[in-house]
Amino acid sequence: MTEPSNSAGAGLAGAGAGTAQQLLDVRGLTVRFPTADGVVQAVSDVSFTLSRGETLGVVGESGSGKSVSNLAIMGLLNRQRTQISGEVEFMGRNLLTLPQDELRKIRGKDIAMVFQDPFACLHPMYRVGKQIAEAVTAHADVSKGAAWKRAIELLDHVGIPNAKSRARDYPHQFSGGMRQRAMIAMALVHNPSILICDEPTTALDVTVQAQILELIEEVKREFDIGVILVTHDLGVVAETAKSVMVMYAGRIMEYGPAEEIFGQPQHPYAWGLLDSMPSVEKRLSALVPIEGSPPSLLAPPSGCPFHPRCRYRFEPCPTERPPLVKPAPEAHPDACHLSWEDKQREGAKRSVARLGDAA
Amino acid sequence: MAFYIARRLVWTFVVVACVLAITFAVFYLLPAGDPALRFAGKNPTDAEIAQIHHRLGLDRPFYVQFGKFSWHFFTGDKYGWPGLGYTYASGSSVKALIVARAPRTLLLIAGASIIWLFLGVSIGVLSAVKRRSVVDRLAMGFALFGISTPVFWLGLMALYIFWRKLGWVAGTGYVSPADSITGFFSHMITPWIVLALLYAAFYARMTRNNLLETLGEDYIRTARAKGLPERTVIFKHGLRASLTPIVTMFGLDIALLVGGAVITESVFNLQGLGYLAINDALQQDLPVVLGVVLVASVAVALANLVVDILYAFIDPRVRYA
Repeated sequence: MTEPSNSAGAGLAGAGAGTAQQLLDVRGLTVRFPTADGVVQAVSDVSFTLSRGETLGVVGESGSGKSVSNLAIMGLLNRQRTQISGEVEFMGRNLLTLPQDELRKIRGKDIAMVFQDPFACLHPMYRVGKQIAEAVTAHADVSKGAAWKRAIELLDHVGIPNAKSRARDYPHQFSGGMRQRAMIAMALVHNPSILICDEPTTALDVTVQAQILELIEEVKREFDIGVILVTHDLGVVAETAKSVMVMYAGRIMEYGPAEEIFGQPQHPYAWGLLDSMPSVEKRLSALVPIEGSPPSLLAPPSGCPFHPRCRYRFEPCPTERPPLVKPAPEAHPDACHLSWEDKQREGAKRSVARLGDAA
Repeated sequence: MAFYIARRLVWTFVVVACVLAITFAVFYLLPAGDPALRFAGKNPTDAEIAQIHHRLGLDRPFYVQFGKFSWHFFTGDKYGWPGLGYTYASGSSVKALIVARAPRTLLLIAGASIIWLFLGVSIGVLSAVKRRSVVDRLAMGFALFGISTPVFWLGLMALYIFWRKLGWVAGTGYVSPADSITGFFSHMITPWIVLALLYAAFYARMTRNNLLETLGEDYIRTARAKGLPERTVIFKHGLRASLTPIVTMFGLDIALLVGGAVITESVFNLQGLGYLAINDALQQDLPVVLGVVLVASVAVALANLVVDILYAFIDPRVRYA
């Protein structure tokens, strides 16, 4: 889990040697979807930062707002049908208020995204090479031949054998892992500063998962970029992330350095996630599931959104929403009413050493 | 691919043979009256009717008749190959009759299909892109009108307004383009548009729904994430995927009209194939009906084949063996 900060100097200027350059500053991001049944409160008041060379792990159950936050950052949510507020600052500009046309110039160039299901994310009727070449010409005024060459170069770079001939294949001729590699190649076309990976391994075989994660790590080091890695697989995060954000019901429950989240988790929801995480030496009977299911975001619970499922809930939980603050100077921020002593005692029971052997 | 096409052609043959056999059987099994009575004059004697039966071959068992029909088809008759026989009514060649009527129907279909494809797809795309706007509502209102308005009413109204009242177009009947090209267009434009409206309405709805569905796909999100302009996203990535089912429909719709544009042909007095079939079915003129059924079923079967082959070019996932 040690970070070789900036040792690999990619040809890009800008990244200072000592302090990591901050790429993204998200403040109070809130996303609402008005529907016929009411307003879905998909993301509420999410704030975080991302620096060059950092991998930010975003974890949480399905429907916790992980993907929606990233789609909002990318400007991929329909602005007419979504209410988005807050600020997403990138290179001194607020992406949320940028005109669509300006945003389009950033999308795929400075900020690129790799999606969950590589089977559905490539157009079934265009050759893989063409789809990558298209990403080249979207932001660069180059000939089709040059774009195609760049596509082959990138496919080769992400480990597609015989890239030159495979570029002429259609997506259905690629395996899942190869498709995800192609998606990563597509994302790297313009050497982006930020790579958002939305559950990049969920749809893949376990063996392929490791390869793809390795590739993302490699790419991060080589191009010195910031990576947002959305997943519900804590093992993945434990292996790669520098900082971790735990989300539940569209809110941040806990946010801090990865080694602290795994070594000394502070929020009962994080404890639940860790207890329910299988590993090689943990037998099924030793897994403790979090009872119940995530709440409807049409009408999230009052107070702490996790209180209906929380084993530690007490009197203020159902009525008062805990703010995301540091419970003690040496701790990282969490959103929970429990006392610092309780958090320390319970959290220590779940040190990463117990689970981390798998990593 | 060649093997696939060969296999499909064999199947086409089998299907057409079955269709003909069924048509033949239905004609004999349904007690719709004796065709001989039509030609026997008033108060015919039994001997006269028997004589007509013998002349038309109706005194033979029906499998012999069908065998003879098939035999003539393959070896040809005195009018050449394929032998389709002669009409009961006038004794003239069915083949000549079909060859004379087919251009009317084919030209009607050709003009109408171009109009409805162009109109339907453009309205559908516009509607999908401007979803829930005034344009969308107007377009879907048009679609509802087109789908629910009967062709005969629309045809008569069009004739009344544009021919009788405004005098913009020529009236009913058919003028061959070989005789007068302006007369041809002047006569055909109204039936083209009237026939096209119904289909344009269907195609507009289908294009809209397909495109909207496609635009929700993950690969469209990928295209946007690449930073492609919205126009490229919709017209290149979106339309490409949503046109596949439209190609299928288009092929089959055209083929079905070969024998099925009866109402349009009747309202505008074009006397094409469908009109021919209906008329002669009512007059118990079996050879003519068989001839049209043959042409129509071959058209449908071949259109199916062409559509399937086209599919392989449109969608790389489809490969035939």
